[in-house]
Order: sequence, then C-alpha cells, then structure tokens
Amino acid sequence: MAEISAKKEVATQISSMPVLAPAIGWLIPGAGHLIQKRWIRGFLLMGSVVIMFVLGLLMQGRVYKPNGGDILDILGFIGDIGAGGLYIVTRALDKGQDIVAHATADYGTKYIIVAGLLNFICVADAYHIAIGKKS
Amino acid sequence: MIALSHFNAALLFSIFASTVFGITQREGARDQLRYGLYCFAMFMGGLIAAGWVMWALRH
Repeated sequence: MAEISAKKEVATQISSMPVLAPAIGWLIPGAGHLIQKRWIRGFLLMGSVVIMFVLGLLMQGRVYKPNGGDILDILGFIGDIGAGGLYIVTRALDKGQDIVAHATADYGTKYIIVAGLLNFICVADAYHIAIGKKS
Repeated sequence: MIALSHFNAALLFSIFASTVFGITQREGARDQLRYGLYCFAMFMGGLIAAGWVMWALRH
C-alpha cells in the first residue's frame, strides 16, 4: 500500500515538473533550475538575469507598459514581461522611466528587454531539463 | 543611478548574455564553459570591429 502511494507521488512529481519548472523559472529567474537541483546553473542564470535587469533600472532604462500602442512598444513589453516577477515588482513599485532621456538610459532599456528575453531562454531550458531532453 | 561608458555597458552585456547562452545552449560543464567563452569572444570581437568600422566611416 505504501509502495503504491509512493509510486503515485513520484508519478505526480514527474508529471507536474514540466509545468512547475517553467512557471517558477519565469516568475523567479533561475528558480526553474534550482527546483530541479541544478544549483550552480540556477544561481548563475539568476545572477545574470537579475543583475542585468537591475543595472537597466539603475541606468534609468524605460520599462514598457502593456498598452504601448506602437508596435515597437508592444515588442518592448514582450521582452520586459519575460523577466516575470522582476517586471511585476518593478511595475508595482512604479520604478523605471517612461521616457529615455540620454544615451546611457537607452542602454538601460535594452538591458531590461534582453534580461527578459534571456529569461525566456532559461525557462525553455528548465522545461527541457524537466522533460528529460537535457540533463 | 549609474552612468556606464559605452564600452563598459557592452562588456557587462556580453558577460551576462554569454553566461546564459553557455548554460542553456550546451550540455556538460566543459562544453558550456567553452561555448560561453566563444560567445563572449564573438560579442567583444563584434564590438571592436563595429567600433573600427564607425571610426573608418567618420574619417
């Protein structure tokens, strides 16, 4: 009886990981790897994405909003939203600029977008690990 | 607020992007490190090449 319930528990873990890892990985960059016990990879990815996003904010980069209107604004928003929880917290705290004021701030805008896009890659990698396509 | 120079901004960008590319695009620590270094070299090489192209266009 105990063996059957243990098998069911293992089956549930196996089936839920391909959904759980990408979802958590999107919300907290690198966490998709961490919950699968890829500690070094997870912390390196988390550090890269988080530092890049924060540097973008410190450089007074623009944070795009969903109702941009312009197609380039919409693409910028798609990039930004890739950072998941970082983007949500930034918007909740009303951080980030609406207008790029100088050249360094333009770099900041790109940092924020690329941090989100890199996190999309991390999410896909976490999914591949979860389904066993990658070790 | 921080104000990085163009070169420092590109250097940091290269480091973080190369780290993610290396980890996600290859399997095995050795291959990941090698690919990360390759991406970093390409970023920096492209940066210096683009700098010289812009210098040549200006002169």
